[in-house]
Amino acid sequence: MPIARLNDLRLQLGRTPVLAGVDLSLEEGERLGVAGPNGAGKTTLLAVLATLKSPTGGAGEVLGAALGTNEVRAVRPRIGWSGHQPALYDELTIGENLRHVARLAGVGVESVAGVLEEIGLGGAMERRAAQSSNGMRRRVDLARLLLTRPQLVLLDEAQAGLDADAGIIVDEICRRAVAEGGAVVMVSHDAGLLTDRVDRVVRLVDGSLVG
Amino acid sequence: MSFWGQVREFARRDLLAERRAGEVVSIVVPFGAVALMAFPLALGIDTPVISRTGPAMFWVVTFLFTMQIALRHTASDASHHRAMLALVGIDPFARLVGRSIASTILIWLFMAVMFPVMVLFYSPALPPTWLPALLPAALAGMGLAQIGTLAAEVTTGLQARSTLAPLLVAPLAIPLLIGGSQALESLVRGSGILPWVLLVSATDLALAVTAALIAHPMEDAAL
Repeated sequence: MPIARLNDLRLQLGRTPVLAGVDLSLEEGERLGVAGPNGAGKTTLLAVLATLKSPTGGAGEVLGAALGTNEVRAVRPRIGWSGHQPALYDELTIGENLRHVARLAGVGVESVAGVLEEIGLGGAMERRAAQSSNGMRRRVDLARLLLTRPQLVLLDEAQAGLDADAGIIVDEICRRAVAEGGAVVMVSHDAGLLTDRVDRVVRLVDGSLVG
Repeated sequence: MSFWGQVREFARRDLLAERRAGEVVSIVVPFGAVALMAFPLALGIDTPVISRTGPAMFWVVTFLFTMQIALRHTASDASHHRAMLALVGIDPFARLVGRSIASTILIWLFMAVMFPVMVLFYSPALPPTWLPALLPAALAGMGLAQIGTLAAEVTTGLQARSTLAPLLVAPLAIPLLIGGSQALESLVRGSGILPWVLLVSATDLALAVTAALIAHPMEDAAL
């Protein structure tokens, strides 16, 4: 069963076409890389796969839910997205941020400490998110995916702001998703950053997949 | 997580963030008190006028400053927060209810501080028993929190947010202000407050139903 399938999918923001007829198939256990220059539509493509944006043309399905319908609400908890900006609340500590997500996602809060150890931030539980470096914030954002274990993992410029050690975290998230029958989509402006981590790389230029 | 579990979690998070940021306690409350104190000073020594305008000023200051509370920085979600919450599978109406509850608690705190300040500086005529006045005041505070939460949701991400939000809330708050202030007047006169309690309750209910109806469409539009 495919994790996601897009057929001639188009998306227009105002009068600007952002995705111009994307055909894509993502199978269980697959790690897909999407490379392309800035403004090519990579983040928008991830937002569509995350079911957060509805297509304005064509058709698509993610985890069996037709895009642009209310079916997507049911599958959203099985999707994890780490984007450009870590989704942290500045006034809360790192531990409180993760416990908040754990409670909402119905995951045991006792697993937060273990996940923080896993990402090398075991001693930063009580540190305020606002007082953490960008790299730490990115790590915590990735920790959210370790906590919620989504079936479809979407990583937007996952390596940005991270040191080499943090690459291991990204690899671990991908490994777990694939091992559990899920799939991973990683996007980057630099195809070279993707090749070691994915099974195949497609290129997105001006809203269309090429090559 | 159940709907009410989500509500409790959002209210808890908002109150925790407010405790750390201190926007309400260290900024809004002191400025509200200063605004209440400034008016009698500006009026001079016309004691009867000051005494008569006290309750009205209390409600005007409450309205103006509680919108600051409901629209505070710690009670707003950026688009990346909303995306994360949508993917965790939360019910957007639960988020609105949780946020309204947190704002209601902070608004009640604000009102609890402002009322003695008003009594001290305006010496208004007070009802023989003031306990019944708490009910319409509490309901009005709840309604103001709901209006502020809805306005914050509708205007999130808009550049004109600080202009648009007050324009949205002003007409919606009128029945709450009338109900809250007239209930106190009625108690002073010795007449019943039931019509005013009903007016404020009906407004609160209408706001809650509106929030339930528009929570999902607003969420979809914001993502």
